[in-house]
Amino acid sequence: MTLLAVERIKLFSTRSPWWCMALAVTLTVGMAALIAANTNDEFPLSVGVSQSFSNFGMIVIMVMAALAVTTEYRFGTIRATFLAVPGRVQALIAKTVVVAVLAGVIGEVVAFGSWGISTLIKPNADMAINSSVEWRNVAGTGLVFALSAVLAVAVGTLVRQTAGAVAILLVYALLVESLIGLIPKIGVNIQEWMPFMHANNFLTADSAALPEGAGPPRLDFPFGPWGSLAYFAAISVGLLVVALAVAKKRDA
Amino acid sequence: MDQVTLLAVERIKLFSTRSPWWCMALAMVITIGMAAVIAANTDERFPLSVPVSQGFTNFGMVVIMVMAALAVTTEYRFGTIRSTFLAAPDRVRPLLAKTTVVALLSALVGEVIAFGSWGIGRLIKPDADMALNSAAEWRNVAGTGLVFAFAAVLAVAVGILVRQTAAAVAILLVYTMLLENLIGIIPTIGPKIQRWLIGRNSDHFLTAGNESFISEGGGADQPFGPWGSLAYYAAVCVGFLVVALVVAKRRDA
Amino acid sequence: MIEAAGLTKHYGPTVAVDDLSFTVEAGRVTGFLGPNGAGKSTTMRMILGLDTPNKGQALIDGKRYSELKRPLGTVGALLDAKWVHPNRSARSHLRWLAKSNHISDKRVDEVLEMVGLTAVAKRNAGGFSLGMAQRLGIAGALLGDPKVLLFDEPVNGLDPEGIVWIRQFMHRLAADGRTVLVSSHLLSEMAQTAHELIVIGKGKLIAQTSTEQFIKDATEDNVRVRSPHAVKLRELLAGSATVTSDEVDGALVVHGLDPASIGDLAAANGIVLHELSPQRGSLEAAFMQLTKESVEYHAAES
Repeated sequence: MTLLAVERIKLFSTRSPWWCMALAVTLTVGMAALIAANTNDEFPLSVGVSQSFSNFGMIVIMVMAALAVTTEYRFGTIRATFLAVPGRVQALIAKTVVVAVLAGVIGEVVAFGSWGISTLIKPNADMAINSSVEWRNVAGTGLVFALSAVLAVAVGTLVRQTAGAVAILLVYALLVESLIGLIPKIGVNIQEWMPFMHANNFLTADSAALPEGAGPPRLDFPFGPWGSLAYFAAISVGLLVVALAVAKKRDA
Repeated sequence: MDQVTLLAVERIKLFSTRSPWWCMALAMVITIGMAAVIAANTDERFPLSVPVSQGFTNFGMVVIMVMAALAVTTEYRFGTIRSTFLAAPDRVRPLLAKTTVVALLSALVGEVIAFGSWGIGRLIKPDADMALNSAAEWRNVAGTGLVFAFAAVLAVAVGILVRQTAAAVAILLVYTMLLENLIGIIPTIGPKIQRWLIGRNSDHFLTAGNESFISEGGGADQPFGPWGSLAYYAAVCVGFLVVALVVAKRRDA
Repeated sequence: MIEAAGLTKHYGPTVAVDDLSFTVEAGRVTGFLGPNGAGKSTTMRMILGLDTPNKGQALIDGKRYSELKRPLGTVGALLDAKWVHPNRSARSHLRWLAKSNHISDKRVDEVLEMVGLTAVAKRNAGGFSLGMAQRLGIAGALLGDPKVLLFDEPVNGLDPEGIVWIRQFMHRLAADGRTVLVSSHLLSEMAQTAHELIVIGKGKLIAQTSTEQFIKDATEDNVRVRSPHAVKLRELLAGSATVTSDEVDGALVVHGLDPASIGDLAAANGIVLHELSPQRGSLEAAFMQLTKESVEYHAAES
């Protein structure tokens, strides 16, 4: 518990997490408002449509999570941390937990904020969250944000350099996973096992109300939505375990 | 110092650290490697063609953008930008020299990637129709260097404006790979905005008239033809650079 | 007490620390002396469990650093004053450190007071001068009121006032019965700070001895004598002292007799002296002599 408090103090006593959180919330919710305002009979507003910008928030939160580790390496405070907590693993787990919980909260704020502002703007649209699909699409966002943050902390711990970690995370999540689909035949088979595809599958599976091109590509996922979430969680936590093992062995 | 000396200075600076080499190697190896994987998996239903061989070049471009941004932000991080400005006090010329060196290098990497991807496709599927025999196909392959060069100019400009590595890299990557696509989700006006976004225009320059199973080669809604799109793209990138240079000149170093 | 036994660290083919053994006793300031690149920082990092030695181990009061329950309560260290987040306030920096070892916020304010940073506690550490950053680092080392303290080059870049302050501070800590290990590449600084010296070069132990003894051994007293009857004087001195000739002007350099005895001897034999001057070797010259072999990079002779 003490270590959680330590990491909370560390995270909140610098500016960049505040910036990232503010950016993730305002831009995502703002874009949801813009989308809602432009819906019409041809493109009707729905719960799914209100959530279509949440990927942006997720990416910003991943940057925040990676920075939480890489700035410690950059400024040498990781050594001060390891002097105070020589076990290292507990300290890094505490950091991961704090960052993941925060990411989860931001995810919920982003999701319900987007939904709420859309409801306000188009009071007549069918925005009731009355199916498990819709609940998953909105309330599930926090889980996806939290697990993405775990993945980002793991990559940050492994790479240690800000530029490297941020570039790897963003290029992978935003570009590689979709470009892989260009490979004829096997591309989609590979995509069906890629972690962010599963994160998207968890959020949007069975959700019919997405405009063309906004959802995940038509993939034949090996799991249902909750299986996809478990798979995404397993990959994130697995990478974290590797990162912790490396950090424990490596000279600080 | 004259401009030739400044170019030499920037060349030395760039090549005497490791990260540009890593970025260039990564951009070339992964892009060409993926072109090989794509080519190896083509068949009658998904036939290999010139545009298909170029399907992964965007990956190379974003890596080169990271390299270009780092070329500036690392100077701010390590304080060497001050030494640079002490050696050439007008500031604009050393920054222009840096932009030139980075842009030329990016163009070169772009051409290597484009022709490398094309060449490896030909090697793997010698029977595929890979002849470069239309202006559109030439543009698709040889134009890659131009797109890379202006992408690098934009990245240098953002690097100068933002100065911080993490922020510059995040802004560039999130904008290029995510925002440009997400904007399209906004009903009715989204696609209209998208037409004017730079990535859409650089894509149109490369892919117009090159239809394949990976892209329609369309862009009929685009406001300009392929070369007009390139000009527009270049103008926005250079415009950002001008703003960045003005800011750098006025700001305390 | 700190005990290092056979500490060895390689970085690829480079040997940074080579089979290094020493002990640091409580109740006095022990200087850790060596030229730049001798392996002082690496050794301190191995003592503190930041780097893993390839061979050997370092124990603090009989335990490895990683076995300490509340490490900051046992060991305080200032390795690099820049190890703070520039956008975090001095107080926040100390608060998270304190929290991690169950140390109260009251203690944070105490150590800030101790090092004289109370007035700037809310300011971001990135804006601190080097002297203030060093004080913040020392405050961090003192948080847990530890019995053992390690300082890596604490006076580097400080103004004279700061140097005196740190020196007195370390003496006070040692007088309380604490173990204090402080590294430096300047013998003149250590001569005024340390009671005991551990001298290393190229990762190897050169000497562990009291500072007084080290200086005595390192700076032998010689007497320069010039006389028109040098040959005769040399014969007379040969029995009781070592005599060499200065290569430049032919003066005699006498080792083993004080100037008074030499003067008496000359007068008794009717020898005229043109010069009789005691020569005290400089500390730095002696140190350079001792570590000459082990300096990593030499400046080119001009």
